[in-house]
Amino acid sequence: MVDLIYQLFPYAIAFTVPLLITSLGGLYSERSGVINIGLEGLMLMGMFVGALIISRTESIYPGTAIWIGLLAAMLFGAVFALLHAFACVTLNANQVISGIAINMIAAAVTVYLARLISGSGNIQIIRGLSRQTIPILSDIPILGRLLFTQTYATTWFVLLILVVATFLLYKTRFGLRLRACGEHPHAADSAGVNVYRMRYMAVIISGACAGLGGATFIVTISGEFNGTAAGLGFLALAALIFGQWKPWGILGAAFFFGFASTVANVSQVVPMLAQIPGIYLKTFPYVVTLAALVLSSKYSLAPKAIGEPYDKGKR
Amino acid sequence: MKKKLIVKKNFLMSLFAVILGLIAGAILMFVTGSNPIEGFYYLFRGGLMNIERIGNSLATATPLIFAGLSVAFAFKTGLFNIGGAGQMLIGGLCATAVGLTFDWPKPILLTVIIIAAMIGGALWGALPGLLKARFNVHEVVATIMMNWIAYWTVFYLVPLYLKGPFLETESQRIPMAASLKVSWLTSLFSGSYINLGIFLAIIFVAITAFILERTTLGYELKAVGYNRDAAEAAGIGVNRNIVLSMAVAGALAGLGGATFYVGFASNMQIGVLPSQGFDGIAVALLGANSPWGVFAAALFFGLLHTGKGFMNAMTAIPPEIADTIIATIIYFAATSVLIERNWDKLNKFRLALRLRKSKQESLEDDSGGEQ
Repeated sequence: MVDLIYQLFPYAIAFTVPLLITSLGGLYSERSGVINIGLEGLMLMGMFVGALIISRTESIYPGTAIWIGLLAAMLFGAVFALLHAFACVTLNANQVISGIAINMIAAAVTVYLARLISGSGNIQIIRGLSRQTIPILSDIPILGRLLFTQTYATTWFVLLILVVATFLLYKTRFGLRLRACGEHPHAADSAGVNVYRMRYMAVIISGACAGLGGATFIVTISGEFNGTAAGLGFLALAALIFGQWKPWGILGAAFFFGFASTVANVSQVVPMLAQIPGIYLKTFPYVVTLAALVLSSKYSLAPKAIGEPYDKGKR
Repeated sequence: MKKKLIVKKNFLMSLFAVILGLIAGAILMFVTGSNPIEGFYYLFRGGLMNIERIGNSLATATPLIFAGLSVAFAFKTGLFNIGGAGQMLIGGLCATAVGLTFDWPKPILLTVIIIAAMIGGALWGALPGLLKARFNVHEVVATIMMNWIAYWTVFYLVPLYLKGPFLETESQRIPMAASLKVSWLTSLFSGSYINLGIFLAIIFVAITAFILERTTLGYELKAVGYNRDAAEAAGIGVNRNIVLSMAVAGALAGLGGATFYVGFASNMQIGVLPSQGFDGIAVALLGANSPWGVFAAALFFGLLHTGKGFMNAMTAIPPEIADTIIATIIYFAATSVLIERNWDKLNKFRLALRLRKSKQESLEDDSGGEQ
């Protein structure tokens, strides 16, 4: 049993990381008042760009190709998110419909391009990121083996982003203003905050994070772009809600869901887990998210102005 | 008169979104080195060139009609049902399960299949409705969660209970008696996928239009959609109507699932969330949430989806161009506010112009009188 947990942990963490960073992106967008159900599409864009860039550059720059790919995925995610920001912020469009459009555009355009490039529509990378064991820390009893052996560099990178993002959101002027735009944009505006600009920035950040999430999934877990994010973006959305729109809540929720998904994924090959029906494990994140929404309905922690286009003239 | 103007405005805005979508598709084809004119020629020819293709276009449009009706119906009550995909899956699962389990004569079996699909879909839709009514859980989030619960439910239940002889990833093929395909219709359209679903769809479009326009129930549902507080004050049970609206929307999508899984197809694949559920949102937007508008929009999308395979065979353009066009149409439909704003401005301008003209004329008349 203990051995099993030791074995599962690295996989669970690897699965958690893309969820976590995508969720974090969603957090920025939603905290500024823009619903982002386009996370799935933004992630898919990151997967596509990441896989494409890495597959093209890995023979030339074997070591750095992965990092170039991750960076490109972030960049393209951010640019693609501009489409969502333009619709939601500048044109006052329905944010849910725009998010759906983002998902559908990403699904159509990436596969369209991938087919032109490879025929089958799959883009494989030859070498993913390799696992590393952190020298001294991995000698810590129990924790060392759970957290510091066989880790990916991206895991530490994403955790660093989590810390920075939390600091930014809660301890800086920028963060305070961003959160104000999601709670009471008119008050923020009257205090001199440019609501449109803040929301643009938040949505762009969410695109960069989701793009990074998608590319991280490619370099650590799947190794190829195959035309779908398989619901990961929606799982990240569930983590965002279950984590109650708070960075550390999201960390917990993403790990919780990542662990459940990992157990479900390996339950076929591990006899001890085969008794747990996969259906419970896989539906678990969505069921608990619904349950959390029901339980928190009295004192909802969702940003107050979420989903409302900001209309300067309306007071 | 005013209603006519709104219909005209809706039609023009939908047309505008479609044109922009086609332009976006053309740009994508052009940028990737293909000839857009050739692409569109084969795209439309592939959906229309012979009786079999036309039948396929109608068959592809059938689930889209139901998915679009589902979104439009909920929208009339001010609810956003993006759970069409999940409701279709559950409806299809119920239909397939009934079709594979019972060995009854075709008319009875089909009736039971249709009812089962509607009940399955209705339950899947009613739950988010109930959460919305009782606990104020946002239906968008709830229906997204329900989509993925449905996805994994089908993913595990089909291999467990309905598995085919060869593959783990799909159900057994349903017997002919359980299929909405009938031989006379298939041979009439020289072997196409068309099935009884299209007639069901037309019937349900008419029923939905009747409910919404001519009954107290429809009036109440729309009243809740227009202004919840006013409806409450007028003695309309808002919560009851929310649950009811979502249940009906779910039933419609469930029925769409039946027309897809036991009509268009003859077994269920696991691991696929039917894209029609999301295309249905585009259909509803394009059809301006009116049942017959939905019907027309779904036929158009059915045509695109049927033609894309032919286009891919004749040119080097990947079939996803059709999906790109549809996705872009949604985006432009969402941003139609911009178009609407300009339309209103244009109208005001025209009105002002007309007013000025008539004023001028009357002035001239007056001055004429003085002379």
